[in-house]
Amino acid sequence: MALNKRRFDALIIGAGGAGLNAAIQLANTDARVAVVSKVFPTRSHTVAAQGGVNAALANVLPDNWHWHMFDTVKGSDYLGDQDAIEFMCREAIPTVYELEHNGVPFSRLDDGKIYQRAFGGQSQNFGGAQAARTCAAADRTGHAILHALYQQNVRARTHFFDEYFAIDLIRDDEGAILGALIMEIETGEPLLIEAKATVLATGGCGQVYRTTSNAHINTGDGTAMALRAGIPLMDMEFFQFHPTGIAGKGMLITEGVRGEGGYLVNKDGERFMERYAPNAKDLASRDVVSRAIVTEVKEGRGCGPQADHVLLKVDHLGEEIVSKRLPGIRESGKIFAGVDAVHEPLPVFPTAHYVMGGIPTDPYGRVIVPQGNGEEVVPGLYAAGECACVSVHGANRLGGNSLLDILVFGRAAGLDVIESLKEHRNHRPLNESSVETAMARLTRWDQKGEGISVRALRDEFRKTMEDHAGVFRTEEIMAEGVEKLKALRDKLPEVRLSDHSKVFNTARVEALELENLVDTGIAIAYSALKRQESRGAHSRPDFPARDDANWMKHSLYFKQDDHMDYKPVRTKPLTVETFPPKERVY
Amino acid sequence: MSSAGQRHAPVNAEQLRWQCRRGMLELDFVLERYLDLHYAAADGAEQVLFRDLLTAQDPELQAWILNGVAHPDEAFRPLIARIRGI
Repeated sequence: MALNKRRFDALIIGAGGAGLNAAIQLANTDARVAVVSKVFPTRSHTVAAQGGVNAALANVLPDNWHWHMFDTVKGSDYLGDQDAIEFMCREAIPTVYELEHNGVPFSRLDDGKIYQRAFGGQSQNFGGAQAARTCAAADRTGHAILHALYQQNVRARTHFFDEYFAIDLIRDDEGAILGALIMEIETGEPLLIEAKATVLATGGCGQVYRTTSNAHINTGDGTAMALRAGIPLMDMEFFQFHPTGIAGKGMLITEGVRGEGGYLVNKDGERFMERYAPNAKDLASRDVVSRAIVTEVKEGRGCGPQADHVLLKVDHLGEEIVSKRLPGIRESGKIFAGVDAVHEPLPVFPTAHYVMGGIPTDPYGRVIVPQGNGEEVVPGLYAAGECACVSVHGANRLGGNSLLDILVFGRAAGLDVIESLKEHRNHRPLNESSVETAMARLTRWDQKGEGISVRALRDEFRKTMEDHAGVFRTEEIMAEGVEKLKALRDKLPEVRLSDHSKVFNTARVEALELENLVDTGIAIAYSALKRQESRGAHSRPDFPARDDANWMKHSLYFKQDDHMDYKPVRTKPLTVETFPPKERVY
Repeated sequence: MSSAGQRHAPVNAEQLRWQCRRGMLELDFVLERYLDLHYAAADGAEQVLFRDLLTAQDPELQAWILNGVAHPDEAFRPLIARIRGI
């Protein structure tokens, strides 16, 4: 049967904040825009972002974009590209106002201006007093943004392909991207979408780890598609972990619990943080607490039948304080761990939260790859949001900058596509061999017979990622992990589906997601093994110091032969002076 | 495919599983848990309520299921209690 084909000016894969903000720029022109999403758009993971979006509006306290830029460069542990950071901090202001005009109901001050709250890592006057920079729509900021952008896109006649799964990018022999092969989940039927420009906006990849706060949809689909198209991933070793997730499940337990007097104990009932951080104890920084928990488990002092977690105690605070100040924690404990925190401790373990790395782009969302001694743009391909790495977060992300990243660079990508469409009025010729390769990825899952199950390989892969590419990163542990992960990758051809039906075969989607998890996870593990320093979220006990002389550079992982390359950090901003590296102290 | 934001209550069991995929891990967990443990044994009326519930927005589900806010329609409350699994 002939493959169905559709043509659009622009194809956007992913319908979170980045994808929808790119789409609305385009849809407001006469461009024909397709948005492909594997779930209904307002169920994208952006909905989970409750904190807010940073912009130096100076509505509550004095502020300006240059101070925001300083905080972001410092927060990145000087690995962020300073031109991209300047761009983001400047563009934050018009981006927030545009969202307001698009109907996002930001919380207000009495004078009618947008309310702004203070967050960690925000300062006035380059490291001075606390700033108040985060704009929020109550505690539903992500949802409010998604909802407003979705409605605006519907109004502007963006064509939504809801519950379609992207199989692979289509490219020609010169490397230009021609669109993508997608599959309708309801029918299992493939559909080829040809586009003059394709934007990857597929979000994060937290599901590569066993314990993650990411929703089940965050399987690294865009990053894996890029890898298979020969594009490297940048700085993938930088992954934020939150020290206290519900053990084995990953839901976040806020740091406020320890702020209210909660503390961690091992199987002996010992308050072990006193050994790791005698002064700050349970309020030490995230990476210190995370590593301490993993160390306790590794050294046999973990709790539970598998000795695979520690306990967070709040029962000593009493029912009144827990119910009044920490009501959400009591509910979470009951629902996800089956314990009432008023009477019993909560089982916790570090949970994978946010990836700073991704598909390398310039500040206009254009995907860039090494070429000779420099770089070149991949024709027809853009990326924005958590799947991308324009490198504004560097080695660590500040609170309130993740929503900002997806919105600013989603918008920038959409605006740049508009310009590129003026120059590229026609579709490039279709490359049938690339279509066949993408189709083979889909039809491979029609193979019948005995084999490994998707779940078995996925569980083993995610556990191996947690044990060998998680918060505890020594040469020995990671080298062993890379070999184990490669061995699991070698088993992928042996995986079989038992259900080969077409209609709503979610097992087939999960098999395709597994391939994406494996490609993306191995990129993380390799990049982490090779970086022999500690910087930001990448913390190595065997190389405990930041090493600017040798490692102030970006990692590039290529799927082909699992090889690594590096490129310099862009330390020159657009218009202001460089912020030179300093020790990062708060 | 939807181009106008219209959603219909799912009927196919696997379609239902896909509707349990949400933007928040917490919702993924409780909805899939209910689907695996209780849905097949639930009576027809409860199954209809569950399918209706899945058409709600994530923050609404979060409020009712995770934060203990009472659903405005009393008919949903026993179902939500089972989904909470406490």
